[in-house]
Amino acid sequence: MMRARLGRVITTLIAIGAVLAALIAWLNLRGEDAVTGAEPDLAAPELIARGAYLARAGNCMGCHTERGGVAYAGGRGVPTPFGTVVAPNLTPDAEHGLGRWSAAEFWRALHNGRSRDGRLLYPAFPYPNYTRVTRADSDALFAYLRSLPPSNRANDAHTLRFPFDRQVALAVWRALYFRPAQPENDTSRSAEWNRGAYLVEGLGHCNACHASRNALGATTSPLDLAGGLIPVQNWYAPSLASKLEAGVADWSDAHVVALLKTGVSARGAVMGPMGEVVSGSTQHLNDADLRAMAVYLKALPPPPEEAAKLAALAASAAAAASAASAASAASSSASTAASSTAGAKLYDRHCAACHGDQGEGVPGTYPALAASRAVTIPMPANLVHIVLEGGFPPATADNPRPYGMPPFATVLSNDEVAQLLTHIRGSWGNEAGAVSAFDVTKYRASGGR
Amino acid sequence: MNRRVATALSPLILALAASGGARAAPKVEDTMAQRVLACTGCHGPEGRAASDGYYPRIAGKPAGYLYNQLVSFRDGRRQYTLMGNLLAPLTDDYLRDIAAHFAQLELPYPPPPPATAGADVLARGETLVTKGDAALGVPACIQCHGAALMGVTPSVPALIGMPRDYLNAQLGAWRTGGRHAMAPDCMAEVANKLAQSDITAISQWLGAQTVPAGAKPASALPAPLPVPCGGVPGSPK
Repeated sequence: MMRARLGRVITTLIAIGAVLAALIAWLNLRGEDAVTGAEPDLAAPELIARGAYLARAGNCMGCHTERGGVAYAGGRGVPTPFGTVVAPNLTPDAEHGLGRWSAAEFWRALHNGRSRDGRLLYPAFPYPNYTRVTRADSDALFAYLRSLPPSNRANDAHTLRFPFDRQVALAVWRALYFRPAQPENDTSRSAEWNRGAYLVEGLGHCNACHASRNALGATTSPLDLAGGLIPVQNWYAPSLASKLEAGVADWSDAHVVALLKTGVSARGAVMGPMGEVVSGSTQHLNDADLRAMAVYLKALPPPPEEAAKLAALAASAAAAASAASAASAASSSASTAASSTAGAKLYDRHCAACHGDQGEGVPGTYPALAASRAVTIPMPANLVHIVLEGGFPPATADNPRPYGMPPFATVLSNDEVAQLLTHIRGSWGNEAGAVSAFDVTKYRASGGR
Repeated sequence: MNRRVATALSPLILALAASGGARAAPKVEDTMAQRVLACTGCHGPEGRAASDGYYPRIAGKPAGYLYNQLVSFRDGRRQYTLMGNLLAPLTDDYLRDIAAHFAQLELPYPPPPPATAGADVLARGETLVTKGDAALGVPACIQCHGAALMGVTPSVPALIGMPRDYLNAQLGAWRTGGRHAMAPDCMAEVANKLAQSDITAISQWLGAQTVPAGAKPASALPAPLPVPCGGVPGSPK
């Protein structure tokens, strides 16, 4: 009796398992074309040139080149919470690169995330974005990669923890989070907006950084650009939709184009991982494409809570201004107290020579810290990185010799960095939260290159 | 304080207080010196080295040597996270400008700190630097770095006027694989033939040498390099 019931339970479990396995297998195969079809003329110069441009748009070289290594020969590790995924050799070497691949197989990798030998690819290769790339652009990219000098650099194995090192785990992940997609044309929008959407959501894979990830490392959708902490590196890629972060809704097109083309603009400069994006990718794009990206980014819907937050900030700024004028009429004791704080002293000693006594900066050279979104952003990760590590904006064709900031990692203790940042975030009209020494400790240990 | 003096000084005191409240906007010059403030934070004012005994002097080093080091830090042949991060977004052209800027600075050297080792250690150091050790197959430092040890343009660095701890750490790093130069990596080859005690002796002796006023890198090697060096133009490969 008991044994019969146990048998029924086991049979049911096996059946459920089989159905789930079949479902996962089906979800992993749907939308896959047969790897056949006419091969493009890989030697066509205009196809190769277009592929070279598209490879810049996708910054393929950024991951597929080891630091100081041969271009596109692979070897750079992408750190993830699950281990490190190593980008492979994309040169035409027959053994280690794409030498034996067909254009159809390349398309399947880009569009479906499946390698030539049928293995599933890790989404550190951002095929959840690249799935939106057209077949024609995929062929151009392939022609370009096949035109490169071959390198026989052998591919390094990924170093992922169990169970993330298993194809089965990847199949489950894909069943949950990956859908092959097509480039979409929204006829209610301009051609420029559609081109911008194609670049930002597709090859540009902006949301690979500018969106938060769930516990399994998945972003919700290429349309989500609401900001996220880059795993392991711990730089915060700010929201591209919110005026409170890096949203550009009230920027001119020209300022957005300048930022992406040169790394600096009248409205701000790029630092950290975005510097790599500008130097490896966006500075090489033509103005029409950069403008299209600007049009798309400017039209991103603001986050629902933004209007209320902006109103609260305006009210508190007005209250602070009237309080300050009342205080200065009575006496200057409040400002004396503020300037005697440890953070203010550190600021005067280390920062004011370039950023100005009042955080006013020097336009085009040293960023203003007063009324700066980069300073008041809720997540202080980038501020800690910048103070500790210093940095240069990227050297680009139009800004070949940028001005740099020294690292303070060897000069300031965690407590001092916290005092300094708390001072900057609370002065000259900035009203952002304090930074604790714990925050500094957390980010000091990360971000190494 | 005499009341009359205080009264007389009060306008001055008030003026000073007022100027403290509204100092001029930051003065920024369109110069390389302004651009490379990112470097001199650690490497000392104008790149003369800091007092902490670790960050090396960069002012007055041969431009080719400085350029090779900047590229090596950016591309990972030399490992120091702060340098690697700082240089990551910079181009070869800009690194060449930065190297040229520091190379052309002719600034006096401070007197060296006295050696902390005994006479026998310093004697061993001097022997290795000036004569090498044929039994170990180690050439003398002066064969490549110049008789005055001030380096040779464009690519061989000075060995005197450097912090002892820095010299010690670099020779150690070549032995352990923590520092690399362009292949063939001559200094890795030399350092691997040295015992730790030899490295200490060399660093102790070099770190205590006074740099003569007006000393500059030599303009040519006295003889062909005894070991092929990838970073030195014209070196046998």
